Amino acid sequence: MQKVITNEEYLELVEKKSPKSKLFRNIIRAYVVGGLICIVGQFINNLIVSQGMSKDSASSVTTMIMVFIGAFLTGINVYDEIGRFAGAGSIIPITGFANSIVSPAMEFKSEGYVTGVGARMFFIAGPVLVFGISASVIAGIFHYILIR
Amino acid sequence: MASKRKGKQTVYIQNPLSIISTAAIVGPKEGKGPLASYFDVVMDDDKWGEKSWEKAESKMLKETLNKIVNKSGKPMDSVNYLVSGDLLNQCTASSFAFRDTGIPFFGVYGACSTMAESLSLGAMLIDGGFADDVVCITSSHFCSAEKQFRYPLELGSQRTPTSQWTVTGAGGAMISNTGIGPYISCITTGKVVDMGVKDTNNMGAAMAPAAADTIITHFKDTGLTKDDYDLIVTGDLGSVGKDLCNHLTKIQGFDIEDKYNDCGVMIFDMQKQDAHSGASGCGCSAVTLAGYLYHEMKKGKYNNILFVATGALMSTTSAQQGESVSGIAHAIRIQNKLS
Amino acid sequence: MQYLNAFIIGGFICAVGQLLIDKTKMTSARILVLFVTAGTILTALGLYQKIVDVGGAGATIPLTGFGYTLAKGAFKDVEQFGLYGAFTGGVKAAAIGITAAVFFGYLISLAASPKAKR
Repeated sequence: MQKVITNEEYLELVEKKSPKSKLFRNIIRAYVVGGLICIVGQFINNLIVSQGMSKDSASSVTTMIMVFIGAFLTGINVYDEIGRFAGAGSIIPITGFANSIVSPAMEFKSEGYVTGVGARMFFIAGPVLVFGISASVIAGIFHYILIR
Repeated sequence: MASKRKGKQTVYIQNPLSIISTAAIVGPKEGKGPLASYFDVVMDDDKWGEKSWEKAESKMLKETLNKIVNKSGKPMDSVNYLVSGDLLNQCTASSFAFRDTGIPFFGVYGACSTMAESLSLGAMLIDGGFADDVVCITSSHFCSAEKQFRYPLELGSQRTPTSQWTVTGAGGAMISNTGIGPYISCITTGKVVDMGVKDTNNMGAAMAPAAADTIITHFKDTGLTKDDYDLIVTGDLGSVGKDLCNHLTKIQGFDIEDKYNDCGVMIFDMQKQDAHSGASGCGCSAVTLAGYLYHEMKKGKYNNILFVATGALMSTTSAQQGESVSGIAHAIRIQNKLS
Repeated sequence: MQYLNAFIIGGFICAVGQLLIDKTKMTSARILVLFVTAGTILTALGLYQKIVDVGGAGATIPLTGFGYTLAKGAFKDVEQFGLYGAFTGGVKAAAIGITAAVFFGYLISLAASPKAKR
């Protein structure tokens, strides 16, 4: 096989013959669904502030509610359908973060609550925590140097 | 000098060896496809009353074996060997399915090429004088495969256009030195072929070189041409891989296009069922062979088939290490009448 | 209007993510890591606060907002406690998001099971 066509030539051929995603359609869908989820978040935030909570506390409670919404929609087997349609519009918001934790928790229940749910809950979201927290430590150190 | 060998990768089966019975059990999605009427059982749901996807897959294999043996008219303990494999780690779907059968068991791993691999080895066992009746059987399950190789089912992710849908299906056959056909007459065993495709969402592209290589080697070893066949069918290249296989065989001087099809594009309605590039999985070629191809051969629609099941050889570890996906394809010549 | 800003900015951030999914071979895990780290870096550079001021939830709901929360928390604790605040501040600020995800994840796994896709 290698005598007739090189690996590079074959990979170019594969690139040519592989159908591409409908980029424009996908971007519109991601934009609209992502934007709508943010509107929901804004609405919840405003509602909580109007109940008398401070801005910072309201922000935290909004986060918790959005995480719950994502978790709940995952639990009733709906979030994957949203994801199929919206792509990044459902992955990027914090509801997607919740989905990436709840979906393995559900999936690996068959391996038990300790070795399944507990151990494997973070296999998708883990990197977000590792890199996010590490970045915040480095940012904090820089900030310390800056304000000294 | 091994007398049944021909050329580099081919062996001839000397004594008439027939497929005497087949069975196929599929999931709901496959039961809504164009080949639905050819399957013995369509499950109501993917768990089939079991507690996990893995247990459901084993149940599918067990029930398929029962049906194959019942249809053969022979008793279960006349089966000399079970040759089986699946996609799960350490092929546990197969080993657990058959633990109560008492039949000598060979577990094999060829990824999605397992149907042809098991038939090849089973045929060699019989023609080598080591067995009279062998059951060759394999399965795949969409949910257990996604869980092991890709993502949890409830994760909101998007499938790429080149991705394929793992078939939930178990299929197999009893082959025997009794019987009146269809006959397995010739086997071309594939070699591992890797042209550097790293995209695990484009398995068709990873496997197409192996398919083309085995088909061409079969023709070169035997001197046969596409005119000796009514149908050359690959296991699960999908629409992208099928296109690539056509191209690769053409540029090497073997144009098979007008006789060529692929189980991956036959089992689902490519327009109506969300299957992107088509079906994949050990079960794909197995249920298509056991259901559609076998029955259409018995009816005489096809008299000479080259069945080329294709497999993508990789693991989650190899993919994470940046390794490419190798391919393998095994070809089996099936004829209604031995010439 | 506030809701329009949230839609425009939040949608835009997701659209960038979709572009990366379709145009590059990046897995969604890598894209999520990129976004959270980008949020942290943009916050450190003082840029993300401006986006939050305009976009509100449109900037805090996407995962970049999680990076923003982590960075802001680290800065707060550094200002209050000194250098070791860099280690406490981030997780403290993000505690509610992480804890909620873990707890609800566990809770829901008790009650719900995955269903096969169509």
